[in-house]
Amino acid sequence: MRVSVNKRAFLPLAAAAMATALAGCGSQIADPASAGSTASTGTSCVDTSGSSIKVGFINSLSGTMAISESTVFDSLTLAAEEINASGGVLGKQLQVVSEDGASEPTKFAERAGKLIQQDCTAAVFGGWTSSSRKAMLPVFEANDALLFYPVQYEGLESSKNIFYTGATTNQQIIPALDYLAEQGTKSLFLVGSDYVFPRTANKIIQAYAAAKGIEILGEEYTPLGSTEFSTIVNKVRDSKADAVFNTLNGDSNVAFFRQYKSVGLAADTMPVVSVSIAEEEVPGVGLDNVEGQLTAWDYYQTLDTPANKKFVAAFKAKFGAERVTSDPMEAAYTSLYLWKAMVEKAGSFDVDKVQTAADGVTFEAPEGLVTVNGENNHITKTPRIGKINSEGLIDTVWSSPEAVEPDPFLATYDWAKDLAK
Amino acid sequence: MRGLLRGRLGTAAGFALGTVLLLGVAPAVLPVFSLGLLGKFLCFAIVAVGIGLAWGRGGMLTLGQGVFFGLGAYVMAMHMKLADASLFGGSGVPDFMSLYGSGEVPGWWEPFRSPAVTLLAVVLIPGLVALVLGLAIFKRRVKGAYFAILSQALAAAFAVFLIGQQATTGGSNGLSGFRSFFGFDLKDPNNKVMLYLIAAVVLLLSIALARQLMHSRFGELLVAVRDQEERVRFLGYDPATIKTVTYVVAAVLAGIAGALFVPLVGIISPADVGVIPSIAFLIGVAIGGRATLLGPVLGAVGVAAAQSALSSTFPSFWVYFQGLLFVLVIGFMPGGLASLPALLGRRRRLRTAASTPAVPATRVRTPLAAPPEPEQNATMPEEARR
Repeated sequence: MRVSVNKRAFLPLAAAAMATALAGCGSQIADPASAGSTASTGTSCVDTSGSSIKVGFINSLSGTMAISESTVFDSLTLAAEEINASGGVLGKQLQVVSEDGASEPTKFAERAGKLIQQDCTAAVFGGWTSSSRKAMLPVFEANDALLFYPVQYEGLESSKNIFYTGATTNQQIIPALDYLAEQGTKSLFLVGSDYVFPRTANKIIQAYAAAKGIEILGEEYTPLGSTEFSTIVNKVRDSKADAVFNTLNGDSNVAFFRQYKSVGLAADTMPVVSVSIAEEEVPGVGLDNVEGQLTAWDYYQTLDTPANKKFVAAFKAKFGAERVTSDPMEAAYTSLYLWKAMVEKAGSFDVDKVQTAADGVTFEAPEGLVTVNGENNHITKTPRIGKINSEGLIDTVWSSPEAVEPDPFLATYDWAKDLAK
Repeated sequence: MRGLLRGRLGTAAGFALGTVLLLGVAPAVLPVFSLGLLGKFLCFAIVAVGIGLAWGRGGMLTLGQGVFFGLGAYVMAMHMKLADASLFGGSGVPDFMSLYGSGEVPGWWEPFRSPAVTLLAVVLIPGLVALVLGLAIFKRRVKGAYFAILSQALAAAFAVFLIGQQATTGGSNGLSGFRSFFGFDLKDPNNKVMLYLIAAVVLLLSIALARQLMHSRFGELLVAVRDQEERVRFLGYDPATIKTVTYVVAAVLAGIAGALFVPLVGIISPADVGVIPSIAFLIGVAIGGRATLLGPVLGAVGVAAAQSALSSTFPSFWVYFQGLLFVLVIGFMPGGLASLPALLGRRRRLRTAASTPAVPATRVRTPLAAPPEPEQNATMPEEARR
């Protein structure tokens, strides 16, 4: 048996290696106050000299979220083609660099870094899950770059490097609660997947209910992707709640609605308000399981606005007549046009000039006129309650009389004072 | 030449070459972003070194290394969150806790405020967990598929547990948004290079450790336990102790890798520690050659780099390609790519053996050649066994 002696050769090497590593040290944080505001890693590498400008799309094209996020990617692609056909942005054609987030937060962070540092894109569009956004946020802040995030989310966030074009809670959850209260709902049952959006949404619902005298008869969570609902559905039935507030995500909805129906519950006796089922998801959940149930969004394919008719027609012409359009797709489409408007108002692709120009920028979106709020980087949106019809599309049954100002931290709601400290 | 490369001089030369490439050439030619990516791959390679020992040498199919990777990573992430909170917020409470939790730091977070405790915990927590598990599992002579299923179930349970603790572990969002690393500003490119260099040095150290273990009496016993556990027991050794020690070493390496992953990548979430990443750790090891010293390292870096390069161009295709490669390697080349030269060499020897009298059974020990799977030994000629 031979015992190695490479320890002798190894020790000096290790010492040398450690010395090299420590010699590479950079700045330490001596004064936290200034360190927080120090400029990021060097200057931006965006090339604005040519006849085209690079933008990045980051969506999950593989993994569990691919089925949802690829629709956002399609809609972003449509917007980019339309913008290019009408002359580009500041006379430059958009050159799209697309990256796959692969449904993993870590991948989103890595790919976002690539889009900013290696591809030198002027702005990045995409992300879906809260975890993907939370993973990308520090990357965009550290590099002082721009992300346009197109999906409704749980609020409680505002970064100068992210523009949120989906609804925050006061543009989706609270209007849905207002609608239910208006309809005389006295008690609710909460069902959700176990992750940050449902947990935060339900915290808000609890606070709202406590203030408005609505009784919460149950709050149940299942792991993402869970398909076992018999216990929960029985609890829901036995609770005799006036309505169910559903924040389940993805496949869980299929099992939930099927079992909901099988224990004899129905839309006309105990309606379910869902915040994660849009046109795109209805066929997957099964139309006969969800017909007549309620949804809360800011956009439906059936909206009767000139901008929406044009959007739906263009989308179907490009991707096929059987395809549908949904709220996140519309928000993504809108986000690219909003960036175009910001850049044109700023007269520059520079991040800080775009940020300064952003406040008050408007776009005649398919959902109606939207305006950027420069204080929190969200946009005004028009909340709408919809009912799933027999064709699998969603009809608007209630609409906010006017666009609602975004309030991600619910600062203007007295009952929400203790939610975000 | 061949003999020289295999000898101790060759090892030292190879080690020096690796040191020069990782610490000298890579930082000089790669831009900071690519260097960060390489640093992440090196973290996977550190995990792979441990898996190479436990699986390749010890025959323990560790399908749950994500747990130890995650323990190390979360310990480091908790420290960095607390440090950031006192450096920047002043309140000492990490941002997500005030948003989603009670706004108070739970008691079990407090020890990780101290850098010293954190560094110790990165090593000790995965090590102790592995020690307890190892003793419980191996003393009861649980092995083979049962051990693999157990370790995988553990990874699944760990991820589910983390997701459920929104207020204290960040839930499915995980922990991210770090700004400093032991007082160093993470925005500074020089510090990113430093992080990469630390990962490279740790990888070199762990390769050296693995080589020492492989070439010691302990390493011989480990291989013996893999191939004939009963015989080792009859010889008076306790296979459970040998396996537990190896399992602990693999766990500690995974924990350290996790702790380095957090400042390099900037996030740790349950998606990085569950079943899928645990299996992904294995794929590179299997493809590279699990029983060799460098096979797992090169396999892990190669697979991660290929994934990074190809998955953007062919998002859905990559998964199938990786699966196919895994199946092909396991099916036709159980020793991984590292066994390719040895396989070719054996064919050549067999051809020579056909014309000349049989070579004596005293086969030269070739550290780079992967020994075949124990199950397949049964069908192999005695001469091919070790």
